[in-house]
Amino acid sequence: MRQILILGAGTAGTVMANRLARLMRRDLAADRASITVVDQDAQHVYQPGLLFIPFGVYRRDQALRDRRSQLPAGVRYVQSRIERLDAATDTVTLASGEVLSYDACIVATGTRIAPEDTEGMLGDGWHEKVFDFYTMEGAERLARALDSFRAGRVVINPVEMPIKCPVAPLEFAFLADWYFTKRGIRDRVELTYATPLDGAFTKPASARALAHLLEQKGIRLETEFATARVDGAAGTLASWDDREIPFDLLVTIPVHRGAAFVDRSPGLGDEMGFVLTDPHTLQAMVKPNVFAIGDATNVPASKAGSVAHFEAEVLAPNVMRFLEGRPLDPGFDGHSNCFIETGFQKALLIDFNYDTEPLPGRFPFAWGPLPLLKESRLNHLGKLAFRHLYWNALLPGYDLPGISSRMKLVGKRSTTDTPRRLTT
Amino acid sequence: MTNLATIERDAEGFLEQAGHWTRELAADIAAESGINPLTDRHWLVIDYMRDCFLNKGAAPTIRTLGKESGVAIKELYQLFPKGPAKLAAKIAGIPKPHGCI
Repeated sequence: MRQILILGAGTAGTVMANRLARLMRRDLAADRASITVVDQDAQHVYQPGLLFIPFGVYRRDQALRDRRSQLPAGVRYVQSRIERLDAATDTVTLASGEVLSYDACIVATGTRIAPEDTEGMLGDGWHEKVFDFYTMEGAERLARALDSFRAGRVVINPVEMPIKCPVAPLEFAFLADWYFTKRGIRDRVELTYATPLDGAFTKPASARALAHLLEQKGIRLETEFATARVDGAAGTLASWDDREIPFDLLVTIPVHRGAAFVDRSPGLGDEMGFVLTDPHTLQAMVKPNVFAIGDATNVPASKAGSVAHFEAEVLAPNVMRFLEGRPLDPGFDGHSNCFIETGFQKALLIDFNYDTEPLPGRFPFAWGPLPLLKESRLNHLGKLAFRHLYWNALLPGYDLPGISSRMKLVGKRSTTDTPRRLTT
Repeated sequence: MTNLATIERDAEGFLEQAGHWTRELAADIAAESGINPLTDRHWLVIDYMRDCFLNKGAAPTIRTLGKESGVAIKELYQLFPKGPAKLAAKIAGIPKPHGCI
């Protein structure tokens, strides 16, 4: 009996469970194989929805579902925290003391925010003047704070890369501009976007387009800001080179780390708890029968749901190949795409991979219908429609028409920038 | 003997080939960036950066530098003003660190 163990039932873990259950359906039916999924809690969060909760566009119940209801029949679900993975003995120990052995283990435990990593962040003012929106609790508290906000300085600050959904902080800034305008108090609110990067974004063509949007919307851009401390009581954000930005409301995107059990698992992760992973086959470095997918890996792709979806298209067949003793397909190219909500019912779309930066043009076909790197109403509708696609096509692990794990150049126009590798 | 004038560098002054780096070249790049001379504390960081790049294929983040290089973040900003991760990478002859997206 072959035992497949999937750690984590978020986007990546759920897609993998659904894809593997289809690929292995005969073996599962004949009890020649089993799939077990472990997660620490019961609710699956539609994470793109967290961006909209602070502005009252989505409510909690529109973004939550039972994790088990998204998994296929015949899969065993275990709700428990994970203590550690022992690659040497092919076992995973749960917090309950239960030990699960595996023939292949897929680590899909994502990333978590670590506000405790920045001095003062959890001090006075946490969830009163200083908010995250990467947790349901933070997003809901921020919604209440924004609701009663009348005037003052709002600062948005991603502390350090990598973060989940790297465009979300920019989207938050754009939506805040729209939100305060709609409430008729935009002239009484000063918006500042403070980033550790040397521009609005990392890739030249999109950094220019996005910096232009910030300027258009009257959002001040502070670059190369390496956050050292937060003082909630005084309302100041300070950098290591002694710049200070005063705030009345700070929206922070704290340092991100991998799941805590990775640090307790010998050889599995890097110093931030991200699993050391081959960027093309998605096999973990620690041992050939361990794999990693989604935000949990250290591969230089975006930490985003679309990436998990594209990775799963490569990883599910790779797990099968591994079990059958065949060579793995190094087929993952870092493909990522995302809608960037820009407020006022418009959005931008970007599509890129390890080697090609986001380019202007049309998507997913040469004729469109969606424009790339350009604001449009259709992209906004695409973003809203995506929630239904997420529950009904992406999580169940179906391929999307015209959008495959390998990025296509059709419809894209190259820019004047010299091509260069996008990876670190 | 290589010198700054003959070596291939990008628009921002980063070496095109990490293999072309020498300790003398590091001192020249540092001087050009206003750091002269390089002290033992600078070298601690530069050697760590190079090690990290050659072993892992990627430049360390400022947080990793602060934890692992033996020099705290506050001091890193004194040694390499403005952007320690970037400036130390340039002096260490490794590619510009890009925040992954």
